[in-house]
Amino acid sequence: MNPQQPHDHIVRSVDEEQQRLKGELLRMGAMAADQLLAALDAVDRRDEAAARSVVAADAVIDLLEQDTSQDVMKLALRGPLARDLREILAAIRIASDLERIGDYAANVAKRSLALNAAPALPQIRGLASLGGLAAEQVRRVMAAYAAQDADAARRVRDADAAVDAQYTGLFRELLTYMMEDPRHITGCTHLLFMAKNIERIGDHATNIAENVLFLVTGEETFPPREKRDATTGP
Amino acid sequence: MTDPRPAKLAARGLDFHYGDFRALKSIDLDIPERQVTALIGPSGCGKSTLLRVFNRIYALYPKLRASGQVLLDGEDILDPKYPMNRLRSRVGMVFQKPVPFPMTIFENVAYGIRHHERLPKAEMAARVEEALRQAALWDEVKDKLGQNALGLSGGQQQRLCIARAVALRPDVLLLDEPTSALDPLSTARIEQLVAELKRDYTIAIVTHNMQQAARVSDFTAFMYLGDLVEHGPTGTIFSNPSKQQTEDYITGRFG
Amino acid sequence: MNLYTRRRLANGVALVAACAAAAFGLLFLGWILWTLAAKGLAGVDWALFTQDTPPPMAEGGLRNAFYGSAVMCLMAIGIGTPLGIAAGTWLSEYGTAGRIGTAVRFVNDILLSAPSIVLGLFVYTLVVQQAGGSFSAMAGALSLAFIVLPVVVRTTDEMLQLVPAQMREAALSLGVPQWKVTMQVLYRSALPGIVTGVLLALARISGETAPLLFTAFGNQYWNTDITRPMASVPVVMYQFAGSPYESWQGIAWAGALVLTLFVLLTSLVARAVVARHRVSHD
Repeated sequence: MNPQQPHDHIVRSVDEEQQRLKGELLRMGAMAADQLLAALDAVDRRDEAAARSVVAADAVIDLLEQDTSQDVMKLALRGPLARDLREILAAIRIASDLERIGDYAANVAKRSLALNAAPALPQIRGLASLGGLAAEQVRRVMAAYAAQDADAARRVRDADAAVDAQYTGLFRELLTYMMEDPRHITGCTHLLFMAKNIERIGDHATNIAENVLFLVTGEETFPPREKRDATTGP
Repeated sequence: MTDPRPAKLAARGLDFHYGDFRALKSIDLDIPERQVTALIGPSGCGKSTLLRVFNRIYALYPKLRASGQVLLDGEDILDPKYPMNRLRSRVGMVFQKPVPFPMTIFENVAYGIRHHERLPKAEMAARVEEALRQAALWDEVKDKLGQNALGLSGGQQQRLCIARAVALRPDVLLLDEPTSALDPLSTARIEQLVAELKRDYTIAIVTHNMQQAARVSDFTAFMYLGDLVEHGPTGTIFSNPSKQQTEDYITGRFG
Repeated sequence: MNLYTRRRLANGVALVAACAAAAFGLLFLGWILWTLAAKGLAGVDWALFTQDTPPPMAEGGLRNAFYGSAVMCLMAIGIGTPLGIAAGTWLSEYGTAGRIGTAVRFVNDILLSAPSIVLGLFVYTLVVQQAGGSFSAMAGALSLAFIVLPVVVRTTDEMLQLVPAQMREAALSLGVPQWKVTMQVLYRSALPGIVTGVLLALARISGETAPLLFTAFGNQYWNTDITRPMASVPVVMYQFAGSPYESWQGIAWAGALVLTLFVLLTSLVARAVVARHRVSHD
């Protein structure tokens, strides 16, 4: 369906509420991406205070999710149909995904506190790279949502393969490192969890992409994603 | 959209004129058998006009004429040779305003039957009961069949009108905004009734309430200024219509 | 003074004026009724109903006049009502659009407000003169029928038009033919209104004097033959009230009282019919 700019609703408060909802989701998205980058930064600089502030800041994202929930309820009471209905359905799911992304970012920050107890590991660079990729996915998918751009959403969806591939690579690297020297196990295990969290962030970004596609085109079923996460088997 | 069920009623190239004004423009529409088809659209779009072509009630009024075909089980009912009597017993109509006749409840339901069939008393009583049961009204009126129908509440009167229509055992029921004069509870009862009736009857319903169309119908046709803009399964039309006009009307951006 | 005060003043003035006008009208109405009762009550006795109209200076009653009025009114209703209902039905079912319907309604309205003496004269020319100058109760009934007819036509037309189109359509969509729908559904729905119209027409013709002067003429004696002149209450009143004879005047007043009570009663019945069978078309 051609996503032209639609006329305003006859009842203007619908447009206002839809705009507010959208704004909240975009803020959530920006915060979630920022949280991830801040967490990675805290890991890199081994900065405890920074890590703690990331953990604390997750509460804001949770509050925002509650706000979106209330706004969705308000819009739902109007009995929306067609695109308006897809808007609120997509909004609920996207808010939920963003909240999970925030949680994972906070987890990474929290785990860095434990990681700091161990000596610095070279794989941290790999983690930073993976994290940067995931954060970029989040930014791009939220931009696609803001612009209601189906093609951009599809590109994010396809790019998840790269995230998975990098995660797989990091996973193997960490395994190898652990096998080389048992003293590395603690640190690498923490890194493994953090990498998994970041990989999950990538998956949630893909979920958001699919919801954007649903919103814009009405598609509900998608061809199975190429999962390049080969860590659980071929 | 392909529907496996055959079309009970089908309009083919249907045009309708009020004098010089062309109210319906070359309509092609299938009404599938034993399903509920909703006709929606803004005022003046022709949805009521189209419904009223299906039982040729427009023939009452001068200056109204239809051209094209309307096929009921394959036979063209617009053909002057098609017996009106047969059409009336196969296609029933319920109107926006509940209009019970100024007679007893029993007589209201029996009135139409009497004209078409001569039945002995017991059988007539059974037919009236059957119709009232189908209209979910039997339990409320079984003890007062001899009372004047005008003593019933609005919702009951409308169910009586439905009973009156189904008493003839038609194939098709045409409902012209049947709940727009009723309160929400009566509306809900009638919607439940429609869900039950579609097991036995093909139903076409005109409604200006889109939520009702979304709740009640299996197929929806959107009309605008005499054109059939879009039609398809209700779920699709109301979640992801293919025409921008349909989308705009459904989401309240115009109309 | 400001706008508000000015308006309140105007409102007060109008209210007083309206009440005064109403009181004025009621005053005279009351006065008439009082006079009727005072002068007529004395004359209402058994003799009024059992004795015929007397010669001057003799005592008597109005038996032949009551009979004549009853017969002629009923005949008039009997002639005017079916015709009126038929015409009214045609107007509402087939004559709503189009020039013929408009023309018929127009003519009907003229007939409705035609002076009754003109109608009497018409029947005189048509019937009485043709019969060689012989007055008859039939001619009288006919002239009264011309008064009843337009009233019933109009009432029927309006009452039928009040029946919602959807009721018509509902009946027709059951496959019932037009004539049956009209008779079985529409009439039933419009009946209270039509009955009221007939009753009001009855109330009116029972007091009509002028047309009867040229048609039924009047009859001093008891007569049941409708081809011959027949007495009627209003004509007798006309004769007796203007006479110098006291007995006649007393009978006239009594007749006036009875006639007024009859009209009152008929109007009340008409209202009761409407109230009880009110078919609300909202």
